[in-house]
Amino acid sequence: MGMPVNIEIIGDNEAVQTMIEKTFEYFKYVDQTFSTYKPDSEIMKINRGELLLENSSRDMREIFELSERTKTETDGYFDIRKIDGSIDPSGIVKGWAINNAAKLIHEAGFGNYYVEAGGDIEVSGSNENGDVWSIGIRNPFKQDENVKVIYLKDRGIATSGTYLRGQHIYNPHDRKELFNDIVSLSVVGPDIFEADRFATAAFAMGRKGIDFVEGLNTTDQPRKFEGYMIDSKGIATMTTGFAKLTIILNYK
Amino acid sequence: MKKIILFFGLIIVFALYVLLSSPKNTPSQSTTATSQTIIPAVVKNTGKYRDGTYNGSVADAYYGNVEVSATISGGKLTDVQFLQYPNDRGNSIRINTRAMPLLKSEAITAQSAVVNGVSGATATSGAFKQSLGVALSLAAK
Repeated sequence: MGMPVNIEIIGDNEAVQTMIEKTFEYFKYVDQTFSTYKPDSEIMKINRGELLLENSSRDMREIFELSERTKTETDGYFDIRKIDGSIDPSGIVKGWAINNAAKLIHEAGFGNYYVEAGGDIEVSGSNENGDVWSIGIRNPFKQDENVKVIYLKDRGIATSGTYLRGQHIYNPHDRKELFNDIVSLSVVGPDIFEADRFATAAFAMGRKGIDFVEGLNTTDQPRKFEGYMIDSKGIATMTTGFAKLTIILNYK
Repeated sequence: MKKIILFFGLIIVFALYVLLSSPKNTPSQSTTATSQTIIPAVVKNTGKYRDGTYNGSVADAYYGNVEVSATISGGKLTDVQFLQYPNDRGNSIRINTRAMPLLKSEAITAQSAVVNGVSGATATSGAFKQSLGVALSLAAK
């Protein structure tokens, strides 16, 4: 099962080509380490008991630590340990990897870029026209359509969800397949790592997920997190600062 | 007469005693091989279990009652079913202690604007399983 990676970097053609190749190499490494579809991956060795966590790579131990922290912060709604006892960290690895890739690009001296893997995105600076990056939120019922357009400045957006109606999602507290009538939950965060881990957790909360995202904000201005949740009837609920993201004039 | 009343009284007391005694003691309820409570997250199969389906007793899982049925076949745990589970997760979610504002809702509508990128859930069969296999798609200019 593959996942599309889209990268756009504004800059000199040759330098950009080299950077994009390096970024793809990084994603390949992440896949080889964390993919539960690859029997030889490091995570699958851990799942089979062939490798102890304490002997695993630095990145693996970091992911476990970040996962534990996220589990605490979300009252267990985020949990990389699945009902069958195996570990699947994909709900946090994707955002973590995109964020790391963005850091690589930034450290190489680029200020304007777009990094996406499987619908999770981090942007920096401006697009090739010098405008703020514009992101559509996909219609969960019609995949060639967008239902919202937002503008993001140096932030990340992650969408958790499913296009199958009545998809059964595990609720970690109930340990039972639970009918979830939310089909899509998009979270905008200060970076894609934060957005992804909380989108994964919030989606598992069902209808309460959007309240959880709203509650991630403190009195800090500007607000850090926004959310857009779509239910199985096509009704969307959004956090109080979300509408601002749809107005391009806010970025001029 | 008094003896008859006393006799019936004793019968009634005895009948009440039998009816009100713990259900576990009644022989009719013994599809359960044991009364162990299984919390699936930490179930380990050490090969000690005999094949069959077992119902655990109702347990307080802190958030509510949980009652599970476990199926062992070939010496391995092959299925876990919940017969009872906590319904309301709402009060366990840590949310901001300020009064939660009423959030705006709307019917979704198609947007025609051209965008630089799209965020959406990937159409995979498993909710959380997503491979990071790279299907190269260069968008560089």
